[in-house]
Order: sequence, then structure tokens, then C-alpha cells
Amino acid sequence: MGEKEGIFSKKNLKLLTNPLSNANPITVLVLGICSALAVTAQLKPAVVMSLSVTIVTAFSNLIISFIRNTIPNRIRIIVQLVVVAALVILVDQVLKAFVYDVSKQLSVFVGLIITNCILMGRLEAFALGNKPWPSFLDGIGNGAGYGLVLVTIAFFRELFGSGSLWGYKIIPQEWYIANGGWYSNNGMMILPPMALIIVGVIIWIQRSKKPELIED
Amino acid sequence: MDTNGNTYTILYSAVMVVVVAILLAVAATQLKPFQDANILIEKKQNILRSVNIVADAKQATELFNQTIKELIIVNSKGEKVEGDAFKVDLKVEHSKPVDQRKLPVYIAAMGDKGKVYIIPLRGNGLWGPIWGYVALSSDMNTIYGANFDHSGETPGLGAEINTEKFQKPFIGKTIFDKAGLFTSIVIAKIGEKADPSNSVDAISGGTITSKALQKMLYDDLSTYQEFFKTLKK
Repeated sequence: MGEKEGIFSKKNLKLLTNPLSNANPITVLVLGICSALAVTAQLKPAVVMSLSVTIVTAFSNLIISFIRNTIPNRIRIIVQLVVVAALVILVDQVLKAFVYDVSKQLSVFVGLIITNCILMGRLEAFALGNKPWPSFLDGIGNGAGYGLVLVTIAFFRELFGSGSLWGYKIIPQEWYIANGGWYSNNGMMILPPMALIIVGVIIWIQRSKKPELIED
Repeated sequence: MDTNGNTYTILYSAVMVVVVAILLAVAATQLKPFQDANILIEKKQNILRSVNIVADAKQATELFNQTIKELIIVNSKGEKVEGDAFKVDLKVEHSKPVDQRKLPVYIAAMGDKGKVYIIPLRGNGLWGPIWGYVALSSDMNTIYGANFDHSGETPGLGAEINTEKFQKPFIGKTIFDKAGLFTSIVIAKIGEKADPSNSVDAISGGTITSKALQKMLYDDLSTYQEFFKTLKK
């Protein structure tokens, strides 16, 4: 056995921070796009969705990593699915019990976390071959990387699409044309295509800052 | 140990399924009371919205108790029936013949505007159930306010029935014509000939949901006709 690794050793911290930028699930790996388009018209559902995904990625990674040596190889995808599905149902039930309005807004997308490519991707690529603690960190990192992009998109979409953030009005009411001003919300921002355009812009900015991410 | 053997694989999956099932069952039963409370609060919010009061989840119960003064059940002959009107399940009632149905009415006191009668509705949309509440002024003819919701209509099209843009035009419409005949409300396509006093604009692209809503209004309101008559006298 090698020397014991610290809980937050450099290697472990990298697991947390890498998915935020260089290995971001959305902008670099381009996984989990569909929910990124669907739940980002406002900030609040985007944050709740990010938290839900982070919880599910972290704990499914942790659980799968714990039992990784016992899983029969032939049914490992099924085992992963059962673990993920159970966690997603738990999250959905908790949301319905404690943040009912948000759970209604997210509607099917909480259930669809099960099919989010980030999850199965991380389970297959990481949790099956690594110890529980690094797997847990990898899950949190990837959930957070997903969340970071979601929240960024939602910030712009809610601000310019509805003139508010987290439901609070940001753009002064007297600016609006209806009140004799010059300003009007951009209706395009609320529609899903705008989310795709913002993802594109984020990817563009990220790759122009980090040329090493550009594929041939 | 051989983790690839048949016996191991079968046992493994059996144990896993049982463990997960127990876990989920426990969670579902523990959280049920909270979820039911939320559904009740939402119902109260929807009822309040039909009399044009917007309440958030925290105020809903208090405002509901202040506003809704009487909850009664009537039958299709307009006679009062015993029971808890708030708990009547329209889905169950709709499976009974009309003369055996319990028809709930929520009566709101709206200050100087007098009593307002709220009628709950339920029907079938394009993809799933749609429901709503129509509030009638004390002449039992003019609509005071309306609120509709759905479980899974197409976003951007049929799902628009739960927006203010669709619901506001209902205010002031009448469900009887000048001769006193029951007409309900017509959800009219643009260009369709309809009396403006009892029609509102349909949703473009949401024709099936619009028609379903029209049918829901007609079917459910018509069962209350006798009740309306007794109040008009």
C-alpha cells in the first residue's frame, strides 16, 4: 500500500475543480444538454435542478463505488440504473413534499435526471474503477460543473427575458414601453433556442480562452 | 468469489430490488402527508385565483378561510346534500350518472360585490385531465373570474389555458343568453361566428385543448342549472 492520501489532497481537489472548467460536462463533454435547455428560463428552477443533479451524481457515484467489487459484470448497467432511479425518485418525492411549486415547474425533468448522460457517464468512467471518496468528489464536481453552466444560462435568460432574477424585478418598471419608457423584454430569451445559443456563446468564450480545448 | 456466476447474479439482483423497494416505500409513506398538504394548498390557491385573488402558499389557507364562507354540495335538482364539499373528488363523481352526482359549490364573500359562487370543473384535455374553477356573480350568469389548469397539455399551445392571458377574457361573460337559455361559454377560433357576450378566443394551435375546455365548461356547468334557477328566484 502506498502512503495514505489526504482527504483534500491535490489530486482529490482536481476531481472537484476539473469538471467546473476543463472537463465541464456541458461545455466540453456536451452531456446533459436537453435539461439545460428546458429548465433555464428562470434562475430558481435551474438552481434546484442543479442541486438535484449534484445530489444524484454524488450519491450514485458513492454507492456504486462502494459496491463496485460486488457487482456482477453482466448486469452492471442495470445495477447502475436501479441505484440512479432510486435516488431520483427520492429526490422527486422530497421536492414534491417541500418545494412543491418548483417541483411542478421542473415536472418531468426531475424524473429525466435518470436518463441524464452525465450520470451513467460518470458511473461507467469513474465510480466503477475508483474508491468511494474520490468518486463522491467526482460526482459533486460534475454536478457543480453542470449547475454552473445551468445557472449562467438561467441568469441571462431570466434577466433579459423576464426582467427579473429569482423572481425579483431587476429592470426598473418605468423603463418599460408600457409605462412610457423605452425598454421591452426579449421574448426570444424565454424560448428554448436561446438557451442553445447561450450554451454556444459560453463554449465559444471558453475555447477562445483555452485553445487546448479546441478539437481538430 | 465468482461474481459472474448465474446464482450470484440472480441473488444479487433479487436482494438489490428488495432493498431498493423497501427504501422507496418507506420514503413515499413518510413524505405523503407533506405532499398531500401541498396539493390541498394548491387547490385553495386555484380556487382563490378564480375570484382573482393571488395567494402564495403561505397565505393561501388563511386567505381561503377569510374569503370562502360556505362550502356546500348540491345535486342535479339543485337540492342541498350533506357532505364535505372540499373533499368531493370530481373524477369519481363524473363516473356516476348525472342525477347521483355530488356537485360542490364554494361560496365566497367578496365584500361590496356580494356573494360569488365558485363551481369546480373537470374534463379531458388532449393528453390528460384538465380542471378549473369558474366563479359566478350572484346573478348566477356573469362570470366573476376563472382559473384553469392541466396536467400535461402541450407547452406553448394547450398549456396556455393556465395563463392569465387566456383566463382574463372570461371575466364579464355570461353563461345564459338574453332569452335565459343556457349557452355556457364558447371558445371561438378567430373568424368563427360567436356572440361576444358568451365567447372567448381560443388558443392558436391548441384547438383540441380549447374544444375540450369548452366541453368541460358546458358539461359541468349544465349539471348546475337547477341550482342556478333556485338561486335566481
